[in-house]
Order: sequence, then C-alpha cells, then structure tokens
Amino acid sequence: MASTYTPIATQTLASDAASVTFSSIPSTYTDLVLIANTRINQSGSSEIYCAPNGVTTANKGFTYLLGNGTSASSGRASNDSYIRIGNGAGTSTASGTFATSVVNFMNYANTTTYKTILSRGSDATNAVEAIVGLFPSTSAISSITIVGNGLVNILTGSTFTLYGIKAA
Amino acid sequence: MWWAQLLNNVVALLDSGVPASTTAYESIATVTVGAGGSSSIAFTSIPSTYKHLQVRWLARGAASAGSDVISLAVNGDSGANYSFHRLYGDGSSVTANGYASQTYIIGGDMPAATAGANMFAGGVMDILDYANTSKYKTTRLLDGRDQNGSGFIWFNSGLWQNTNAVTSLTFTAQNGNYAQYTQFALYGVKG
Repeated sequence: MASTYTPIATQTLASDAASVTFSSIPSTYTDLVLIANTRINQSGSSEIYCAPNGVTTANKGFTYLLGNGTSASSGRASNDSYIRIGNGAGTSTASGTFATSVVNFMNYANTTTYKTILSRGSDATNAVEAIVGLFPSTSAISSITIVGNGLVNILTGSTFTLYGIKAA
Repeated sequence: MWWAQLLNNVVALLDSGVPASTTAYESIATVTVGAGGSSSIAFTSIPSTYKHLQVRWLARGAASAGSDVISLAVNGDSGANYSFHRLYGDGSSVTANGYASQTYIIGGDMPAATAGANMFAGGVMDILDYANTSKYKTTRLLDGRDQNGSGFIWFNSGLWQNTNAVTSLTFTAQNGNYAQYTQFALYGVKG
C-alpha cells in the first residue's frame, strides 16, 4: 500500500502578519489537510477564514455548528468573501493561548466540482465548532490564504502545516 | 556521492526527531462514480493489518430531490444491528437525536439532482479498532454540505453490534444513485 498524509509546507510566524498564504500547492494529492494553531489580534469573535486561490469575490458560503460552554447554535453566511475554517485564540485569552483548527479541502484539485471544505475548530477558552464551506469554483485549488476575523493580524507564534493525502 | 548524501539526510532527520518517512497512513482503495451513476459503493476484502480505517468522500446524489442520505452497512449485514446518534446544524438551529436497532449507520447527507449544479457534500468517517474481534465497532463522522444559502453540518457516531473484524464497507445512496464524480477513498491507519 502507498503511504500518504505527506507534509507539504509549514509556516511559523516570527512576527505578526495580516495573512498567511500557501502558494504553488501541487495538484498531485486527493485531499489537503491544514492544521492551524493560531492566535489573532481580536478581543471578540476570533475565528479564522480562508480565501482559496486568493479569490475574495463575495460568492462563498459556510454553515457552522458551535458550542460555547453554555449553549449550542448553528449559523450561516452566504455570498461571503471568505470561508470560515476555525478558531484563533483572541487577545482576551491568556498570553500563550492558541486555538487549533483542522481543515479538510476535499478533492481540491478536481476541475469538475465546486469545492467543499470541512473544518473543526477548537478554542478551549471560548468555543468548539464544526464548519462546512463552499468554494463555488471548478478550478483546482492551488493556493490558500488564511486571515483573521475582521482582517486583524495573526499573531507571532501561530503555526500552519499543510498536508496532502493521495488516494490510490 | 549519492549514498553519502542519502545517509546524511537520514541522520539529519533522525537527529531532528522527525521520522525518516511517514508510513502510518496508507491508501487502500478508491471508488469514483462514472457517468452512469451507482447506487452503492463497496470496499471489500479490507485487510486486517491496520489499527483504524478512515473513509473520505466527496458525494452527490442523482435522485430527483434536493438531497439524499448516505447509509453504511458493515460486512453486508442488513440486520437491525446498528445504532447511531447525530448532532447537526442547519444554519439556524441545532438538533440532536439517536436511533437504535437500525439496519444501517447513517453517513450524513449530500446534495442531489435538484440542488445547485456542481455542489457536493464532504465527509470524513473513522472506523475505530475495526479488526478487533472482542469489541463492537464504533464509527465517528464529520459530514457537511453548504450550498451558499442552505446546508447542514453533521457530527455522527455509529455502532455495529458485532465482534467480527470489519472486512467490507458498503455506502448506499438511500433514494437513488450517486452522481458522477462522487468519490469515496479508504485509508488505513497503523497502530
């Protein structure tokens, strides 16, 4: 059997940044998995978002399921510029707190379907959530840009690793 | 010399604590639905050499409806030997429910023929300790479809009340065929 789940690239922020981009993603895998451990310069809602292929046209959608320690809720955005993909710990959390997101880009390189993105976000100090997003494009995803809620900076120490999974 | 460079690379990897190769996750088989569609997708003769299985899919139904449901049968068992729980959101409310004595494990849902073109559901299902012959088998699933204004996100757990090793998995579209380009991929995770 062929081994897979291969690291493609890792980025660790040595200084605050407005965005993080993985570019020139090879089309040789079946799915991509992004694991992000992030903190952002936002005291309130501290979600993180992505723009596949750098496209910020307001044509994307996402649906989420969220628990905040008190209640569960579900919400949605449509015709959005970005797709929500998880959580970044905000500045209201203790220094050194980061949140984790695991993001699946399903069949990202095919050129016949729109792209579906499945995510799990875990911000232990605030919320846990699951998200499904739609990138309405039949183009292969060759780059992914990650931003913070409200386009605030992503803070130093945040890490991002992109893996490729190849089906037989 | 090439062998000296190779040796140096291996030593560097070992020194850094990074494994020289990632061999714990392997592709076992993949099914892609062709133009004629298919009512079910089966993985058979699954080797027992892994610790866990993972199935990843991008799926759409061909039934004349807005959506269709994916169901899973293990080892061809069509008896009422399954149960499952679901927690899901539809963009405005959250629902939790559970079902006992079922003839399948639910695998989430997917857009179907009257949904917007090119829209597919994504799913990632884990089948844990699948080859163990002293446990009932448990599955967990993250599945969802967003259609830019509608959609669902699902957390599901499933139980197959049987201690046999899992050797086959059959994913059926309950109300029709899977549409062209639907793809299910089976992976093995070593222990």
